[in-house]
Amino acid sequence: MNVMIPSQLRSYTHASRVECSGDTLGAVLDELDRRFPGLRFRIIDEQDRIRQHIHIFINKEMTLGLHQPVTDADEIRIIGALSGG
Amino acid sequence: MSKPKTAIKDGNVSLLVGTRKGGFLLRSSDNREKWKLEGPFLLGAIVHNMILDPRDGHTLLMAASTGHLGPTIFRSNDQGHTWKEATRPPAFPKAEPEGTGEAVNHTFSLWPGHVDEPGVFYAGTSPVGLFRSEDSGETWDGVAGFNENPMRRTWIGPIEFAPPGGGGLHSLQIDPRDPAHMYIGCSMGGVFESLDQGRSWQPLNKGCEADFLPDPEADFGHDPHTLRIHPLYPDVLYQQNHCGIYRMDREDGYWVRIGSNMPEDVGDIGFPIVLDPRDPQRVWVFPMDGTEIWPRTSPKGKPAVYVSTNGGKNWESLHKGLPARHGYFTVKRHAMNADRQAPLGIYFGTSAGQVWGSVDEGKRWRKLVDYLPEIYSIEPVVFAA
Repeated sequence: MNVMIPSQLRSYTHASRVECSGDTLGAVLDELDRRFPGLRFRIIDEQDRIRQHIHIFINKEMTLGLHQPVTDADEIRIIGALSGG
Repeated sequence: MSKPKTAIKDGNVSLLVGTRKGGFLLRSSDNREKWKLEGPFLLGAIVHNMILDPRDGHTLLMAASTGHLGPTIFRSNDQGHTWKEATRPPAFPKAEPEGTGEAVNHTFSLWPGHVDEPGVFYAGTSPVGLFRSEDSGETWDGVAGFNENPMRRTWIGPIEFAPPGGGGLHSLQIDPRDPAHMYIGCSMGGVFESLDQGRSWQPLNKGCEADFLPDPEADFGHDPHTLRIHPLYPDVLYQQNHCGIYRMDREDGYWVRIGSNMPEDVGDIGFPIVLDPRDPQRVWVFPMDGTEIWPRTSPKGKPAVYVSTNGGKNWESLHKGLPARHGYFTVKRHAMNADRQAPLGIYFGTSAGQVWGSVDEGKRWRKLVDYLPEIYSIEPVVFAA
């Protein structure tokens, strides 16, 4: 599946779009972190919560949890949300 | 022929400047008259603290987060030209049930370990937590004796009661005679002491006021803003507290409010406190307005450093060169420090993005740089030549 990478994370991926796989959002982010070490902790805290100013959409639906199932046909979009000045 | 004293090079004093929008480096000439700004490092990152390992003179650590991304620690071994992220930054243990535990919001302070423990660093976080690295900041583990202490939440209060910006562990002081003897300052919580390298802690707040608590003589729950022990006389402790300026002689075990000797119309509220590394009686503070609704700016718009040369019995204003009026800035707790040169250089960074310096121990002040983002930390360092 396609994972859209926001500008804030491109120092890790050096790409705006990464091809990834996994059965759940959490599994996809684990794979991303294996390939781009450190990325996951910048967007997911140590309690597996999505950080306050990060939004993750699966297709057009915003997700709140890492357990959400995904398929290869889905598109995951990580977004740096509004975070003040 | 001797080299000109205006040369900017390693071995001279540099200032590590942590700001709300990145890190900077101010390098000085031999005589500290000329200053050259380098950076920014990680423009846009919130840099709460940046330090140099004084034991090797080249390892830099930077505590950073961003408006969007979670907290991490970056390291540099080439004076900030390149930065590498810690592989395991400070993080609390994962809690059960899922999602109920604490998460580090940001690393608030960084500290080198004892001189006999090369590669050891400590980090203080918000929420209040203490972390230790034994590999020069590559990986970090919680100090369980504090973070998992059953009294921790009692000491620091419920997370909902944290001060604006979150509470933070801002000060860690290690007894130069004994790496197991440590003090920490937590806002909120107070001062705590460990005699066994962090395995157990005891509150050390007797004598310190806490006018925001129902029991003003509580054992904990206080709000130190900065805690320092003297490097040559480590049983002499000072703190700039939310409720004034205090000194303790450790054998007494009791804080004495030396700030009550400050001019009444200035008061003794502030964030930083700076000690003379050669003289335990000499201390500098930067008062701010703590009246009525707590503007936290320079009292009456007249910024001034105050010095005591007798352990807080008397205080003298040092304001030559600073704005005489309409100077409404704040100096945060990590943003004022001294170098170790003779005469001593003292530097502070403001919420308005200016770095001020004095190379004659505060007698005259000069603006070294302007227009930086809000300054969170100033660390005078000397890179190994």
